[in-house]
Amino acid sequence: MDIFLQQIINGLVIGSIYALIALGYTMVYGIMQLINFAHGEVVMIGAMVTITCINFLLGHHFNLSGPALLLVGLLMAIPVSMVLGYTIEKVAYRPLRRAPRLAPLITAIGVSIVLQQLAMLIWGRNYRPFPAILPTEVYSIGGASITQVQVAIVVLTLLLMAGMYFLIEKTKMGRAMRATAQNPEVAKLMGVNVNHIISMTFVIGSALGAMAGVMVAANYDQAHAYMGFMIGLKAFTAAVLGGIGNLGGAVLGGLLLGVIESLGAGYLGDLTGGVLGSNYKDILAFVVLILVLVFRPSGLMGERVAERA
Amino acid sequence: MTASANTLLEVKDLKVAYGGIHAVKGINLEVKEGELVALIGANGAGKTTTLKTLMGMVKPAGGEILFKNQSTAKIEAHDYVRHGLVMVPEGRGIFGRLTVEENLLMGAYWRDDKAQIANDLERVYQLFPRVKERYKQLAGTLSGGEQQMVAMGRALMSRPKLLLLDEPSMGLAPIIVQKIFEIIRMVAAEGVTMLLVEQNAKLALQTANRGYVMESGKVTFSDDAAALLSNEKVQQAYLGE
Repeated sequence: MDIFLQQIINGLVIGSIYALIALGYTMVYGIMQLINFAHGEVVMIGAMVTITCINFLLGHHFNLSGPALLLVGLLMAIPVSMVLGYTIEKVAYRPLRRAPRLAPLITAIGVSIVLQQLAMLIWGRNYRPFPAILPTEVYSIGGASITQVQVAIVVLTLLLMAGMYFLIEKTKMGRAMRATAQNPEVAKLMGVNVNHIISMTFVIGSALGAMAGVMVAANYDQAHAYMGFMIGLKAFTAAVLGGIGNLGGAVLGGLLLGVIESLGAGYLGDLTGGVLGSNYKDILAFVVLILVLVFRPSGLMGERVAERA
Repeated sequence: MTASANTLLEVKDLKVAYGGIHAVKGINLEVKEGELVALIGANGAGKTTTLKTLMGMVKPAGGEILFKNQSTAKIEAHDYVRHGLVMVPEGRGIFGRLTVEENLLMGAYWRDDKAQIANDLERVYQLFPRVKERYKQLAGTLSGGEQQMVAMGRALMSRPKLLLLDEPSMGLAPIIVQKIFEIIRMVAAEGVTMLLVEQNAKLALQTANRGYVMESGKVTFSDDAAALLSNEKVQQAYLGE
């Protein structure tokens, strides 16, 4: 089996999930310069709701195929996450719109903790296995293998990204979002309801987050009340790597981070003569974060167009 | 001065305060349909504050603003454009990372009449051929004068009943300033009513029908533009003669 190719494939799969979550971070940052640290918890709750829903259907002997069960679970989880995202913004961030920037940041961390604890109360402190409903077929390409679930993750992510590109670049609402991100006061003069645009940003980001949560759970066969913390931090790193506020950057950053991490996991043991094993792969993400912040704080695609006065 | 049938905007005893500082101390002002009215005065006289208050960006501390004989107090800031009140803000307020055409379309954001929007876009391009040449470029890469054209074009796309211009000449080279005032005359010739705030008093009064002079939050003179131009006190204080 070709380890290098295998790690690249694994990296692209997890990287595309990072990218999806990173889009949520970067959209919110772009429009209101806020790091929504509660976004990871929205991802987690998307995963939890889906698992609960599927288990409920299985427990009540609904005769549905695996993908159909997953679809029903997703159709439950996406609206729940959208409402959650909308509510978080309205309750926790909107009252602080004019406060110094540190205030909403601290609030974001608070919301994140509240949601984690809430999830613990509802779903308990143990790992929740992802129901074994999905096909387990494995394809092999050039000595490496990829599961059907992984193929589905990559395809769905690509479709979602294409959809996001269309929404942001080609629709009237996307134009208003970009205008609001650049200058909310002037956008308001043109008739843009800035509060509505901000709400939509949270709602769309949360919908993407819920899908990403289900992908993470399906990929690792489990979910946990604390899973949002690490995955959120990684996706945030991906957003910073690509250039926070830049949608294309979030996608590039996510994929790159996934591949870096995955290659690290594959080769860290050999490179350090066994001192560090693949379980140290998490530190790679944060080494990347630190390096970016030191050498290129604006990120890979974060270069701004020169704006003349 | 009493409000006549064709009065578009009437400001009565308007007061604005920022955190205890009285920026506008009770001014009266009127704009009739089809007029180009200049509001001149030194830096910090309260001109921009007045405009921002007219657009609902700042809440007044007292007085009344009537647009088409109706109070604007209850209009949400993002709905002013739907009533026909449009502003080109100080510094132009161009969306630098949107293309020129996207900027223009933002002006028509509140409208749904696609065919009419396409017509208006053509009209703006006819008015400003320079802007048409660059319609695909990011607006932030344009020169200051070109950006001012985009800002004016964007405002026209909003179908203004009253267009408020805040310091359109600011930061531009003298030759460009002449060009900008040519544009203002062109837009006035299209029948758009305008209230122009300007530090370049001479040019503003030469372009306008009527003028108001503001000084530390109060209106000190108001007259026909030609009369203000020949008023000795105004000449000494604002026209450098």
